[in-house]
Amino acid sequence: MHLYDDQTIRMLESKANIIRRHVIKMTFTAKSGHPGGSLSYADILSALYFNVMNHRPDDPQWEDRDRLVLSKGHAAPAYYAALAEAGYIPVEDLLSLRKLGSHLQGHPCRQKTPGVEMSTGSLGQGLSVANGMALAAKLDRRPSRIYCLCGDGEMEEGQNWEAAMLASHYKLDNITAFIDRNMMQIDGPTEKVMSLEPLADKWRAFGWNVLEINGHDMRQILEACEKASQIKSKPTMIIAHTVKGKGVSFMEGAVAFHGKAPNPDEYRIALKELGESI
Amino acid sequence: MKWVYTSQRKEYANALTELGKTRTDIVVLDADLSSSTRTVEFAKKFPERFFNCGIAEQNMMGTAAGLAASGKVAFASSFAVFATGRCWDQIRQSIAYPNLNVKIVATHAGITVGGDGASHQALEDIGLMRSLPNMTVIVPADGIEAYKAVMAVADHCGPCYVRLGRADVPMLTSMESEFTIGKAAVLREGSDVSLVGCGQMVAVCMDAAEELQKRGIEAEVINMSTIKPLDEETLLRSVEKTGAVVTAEEHNISTGLGSAVAAVLGERLPSPLKMIGTPDCFGESGESEELMRRYGLTAERVALAAEEVIRRKRQ
Repeated sequence: MHLYDDQTIRMLESKANIIRRHVIKMTFTAKSGHPGGSLSYADILSALYFNVMNHRPDDPQWEDRDRLVLSKGHAAPAYYAALAEAGYIPVEDLLSLRKLGSHLQGHPCRQKTPGVEMSTGSLGQGLSVANGMALAAKLDRRPSRIYCLCGDGEMEEGQNWEAAMLASHYKLDNITAFIDRNMMQIDGPTEKVMSLEPLADKWRAFGWNVLEINGHDMRQILEACEKASQIKSKPTMIIAHTVKGKGVSFMEGAVAFHGKAPNPDEYRIALKELGESI
Repeated sequence: MKWVYTSQRKEYANALTELGKTRTDIVVLDADLSSSTRTVEFAKKFPERFFNCGIAEQNMMGTAAGLAASGKVAFASSFAVFATGRCWDQIRQSIAYPNLNVKIVATHAGITVGGDGASHQALEDIGLMRSLPNMTVIVPADGIEAYKAVMAVADHCGPCYVRLGRADVPMLTSMESEFTIGKAAVLREGSDVSLVGCGQMVAVCMDAAEELQKRGIEAEVINMSTIKPLDEETLLRSVEKTGAVVTAEEHNISTGLGSAVAAVLGERLPSPLKMIGTPDCFGESGESEELMRRYGLTAERVALAAEEVIRRKRQ
């Protein structure tokens, strides 16, 4: 197992923090968007874009690149922030989120934004697309890994389970998927709206290699990704236990901030808590 | 007219296996109906490029999208009712919106599915597909045209829907006839009325034209094999000459060929129009021929409609 030095971990944590600040600024400026589910997977995004994934921001169509499908498309603000910090799009474009004419649509659009591999937004569809990309990589004998980021509420969509079957049937060991297990969906706690547990057992029963981690612990994220890449004949699902709204006290665990932007007071407090004074 | 019958499904298989030989970028997906859609022929020859997705059309469409996003030309097949309705949102979100190279080739479209009944008779699929931006919609008239349509969509950039039937259909075209996406063909010239059909209803229109000739009416027959983009110029040129139109389709008239033609004529050349197709209803079990008669998809009904629109233009 690779040992990650403290400097790498600190760099990735710092990038995650920058992504979080962008999310606050973007949703505040847009006066809408989804901060809660963006903040909950910022650490995973940071790990993937700044350490794990093999990609070339200056050559987004590079054939051998690893690919990321954001199945939980509403978490676009953090995604765009990661793409900007990685160099796919100018950082100054981030504040155009959701504005008329912007290439940063409310939900990811493959044709508008460099680095976006797939248009998403209608939940439950990303994993199927990841399957197709994984099959293509195997056919072409490319080393690409396919990463798919799913929400937990999204698991209520039946298509995920169709995709789960296909991925294990075709032994798509080049897929690493995540469930951002923040326990919240729009109408409330997932277990109250529609029970998902035992979630890990479900994925195991569908033939997946399942790992459970603290989705805010950078070392655990990196180690899980490395374990996933070594597993043969099985796709991997990393259930990342997270806190919705992570990093901003009043957004943490607050359903209200699933799809609501901060007001001016909340904006100032949020940025302050994330270490930026305005 | 005495027709020779051809199988659209068989020609789909022929086209796919032909494409498979030279086009290594072509992959085929099916949802447990490969022996009926005939994609099994491709699977036998190119097993590594065939993916049976099981009875899970939504995942099949997403998987096809992922393959297309990685540079493949992905053919996805099932029965028309499942290939369009069961997974419409997946087609909208993951294929049409990102404008990916997925070719949905559906078989068993229309009322002639027969005994399976309404659950399996797609009478809304043209409407479902033509309402999607970026989507090209093709309804080949016979087996030969099915072959050419499959070849054409393989070269076409962007999502396509090709609608094929279960039953054998009359052979109207030849290997020499031209087929271009977005181009209609005038199969018979006439000056009194334009009969605009798609799929096997083009043959019905030809039969109607023959019957009308006996009654002293010269009907022009147009094979409108591409529903979207519609060949407006060929349509308008014909209707400018004839001044009356009958459309004919094995599909509901509220969202299919008839309404596409009506929209163009309504805006650019209002003319007496009658639509032959199924009304706002579901189908039922029966033999193909019986069902065609029961739902008025016959040469006699097309001929009567032609006489009606001719009367209306004289009023």
